Formats: sequence, structure tokens, C-alpha cells
Amino acid sequence: MVKYQASRMDRTFSALSDPTRRAVLLRLKEKPGLSVSELARPFSLKLPGMMKHLDVLSDAGLITRAKTGRTVSVHLSVRPMREAMAWLKRYESLWTVSLDRLVALVEEDGER
Amino acid sequence: MTRNLPSVTIVRKIKASPARVWAAITQPKQMMQWWGPDAGPTLRAEADVRPGGRFSVVFRLLNGEEHNPTGVYQEVVPEKKLVFTWDLPGISEPESLVTFLLEPIAGGTRLTLRHEHLPDEEARKSHEHGWSGLLDKLPIFLEAFLGVAE
Repeated sequence: MVKYQASRMDRTFSALSDPTRRAVLLRLKEKPGLSVSELARPFSLKLPGMMKHLDVLSDAGLITRAKTGRTVSVHLSVRPMREAMAWLKRYESLWTVSLDRLVALVEEDGER
Repeated sequence: MTRNLPSVTIVRKIKASPARVWAAITQPKQMMQWWGPDAGPTLRAEADVRPGGRFSVVFRLLNGEEHNPTGVYQEVVPEKKLVFTWDLPGISEPESLVTFLLEPIAGGTRLTLRHEHLPDEEARKSHEHGWSGLLDKLPIFLEAFLGVAE
């Protein structure tokens, strides 16, 4: 089983809970390496506002930023999302199978 | 109660009474007959079903791995609601909470199971890490995202 760092997954989930930040990630998926101002443009966000969102995404390990000269380019990092997905999938499959068996058990023998 | 935590929710309609389902989810002998993620055996089940009481289940997967989820009952409303924390010793997992809701319906019971991830201490204290978004859409987002990003 994969080991998780609880607090990092919290940061991942919390970072993903905001629609603007999810939109930023989608945009970066289409266009890797966008600069901060290019990212901010379609969201009608001022730069400091965008920087704040990027800080949250960066704390959660969802993006990395690289400085070239005076431009900061932003890249995706999908590993935390894979871990979050694995958490959801794992419990979905645990309970789906368990509940199948539970239903079979209680329906089979009727009332006791 | 409006919680928007990342969670897994499963709903089942069961042709058995809430009393019957309640027995299956709270009596160790019966818990052993269904609890586990594959066809591997459930080896042990203990349940002290009262608020603050503990449960412990050991199951072995078909691949031989054994797991021992444990937790503490938070809410116990016979034949209606069972809430407990979920902990997997030895695995540094985020804290989570499991809720069984039983509702009588014509011909049986509607069972709603929710397994939700809980924010840790650090996240609870921090304003920056609020749980305000619509996280029930998260699995869809992640699936769409990762499906193409691979």
C-alpha cells in the first residue's frame, strides 16, 4: 500500500476545493509553462490575487514555478492528485465489495 | 450539517429490515461475514458499540496482506445511524470518518455509507486551508484531469 503524508493530502484536497484553482490547473494542463500574468489574464484577477492562489497550489505540491530572467513560468505536478484519487478509489472499492457481501448476508437469511 | 469534505458515498436498497442490517453492522460475529475489500477472509472483529467504544477488524486480502482498521464510535443510534472514526495502524493515512445511515423504506432499508476524509489539526486551524469548495465534484475532476494527464 502507498504511504501517505496526511497533512500533504489535506493541502491537496483543500487546494482543489476552490474553482479558480481547479481552473488554473486545467489551463496549465493545456498550456504548460504559462507565466503568472498569462495565467491571471482570463480570470480577471489581479496579480496579487493570482499569486495567492499559486502559493496555495504550490504548498500542496500541485505546481512548480521556475524563474527565467524576469518571467516566472508555472508547471503542473500531478502526483498529489494521483494520491488523492488513489485514496478515493481505495475506499470506494473497499466499501463496494463489503456492502455487496453485507447485502447478500442480510437478504439471504431474512429476519432473525 | 453541511460538510463538503472529500468523501466516498454509496447508497444501497436492501431487502431486510433496519433491525436486521443494524445487527449485521454491529455484531462482531456478523461483521466478520462481510467486512473486507475482496474475497479474502475476515479474521477477527471486535466492537464495543457505544459512543467512545472501539472497534477493530482484521482482514486478510487474497494477496496475503493483512489489515487492521480500528476506530472509535462517535454516534450510535440503534437501527438508524452509526458513526465511527477510521484508522489504519502502520499506515500514515489521513484521519477519516465512516457513517452508516439506515432508513426504513417499503420492503426494507436504504443504507447510505459515507467515508470521508477529515482535515488534520494543522488544516483545521488554518484559514488558508478552509474546506469551502464543492468537494463532491472532486472525483469527477480528478478522473477527467488524470485521465488525460497521464
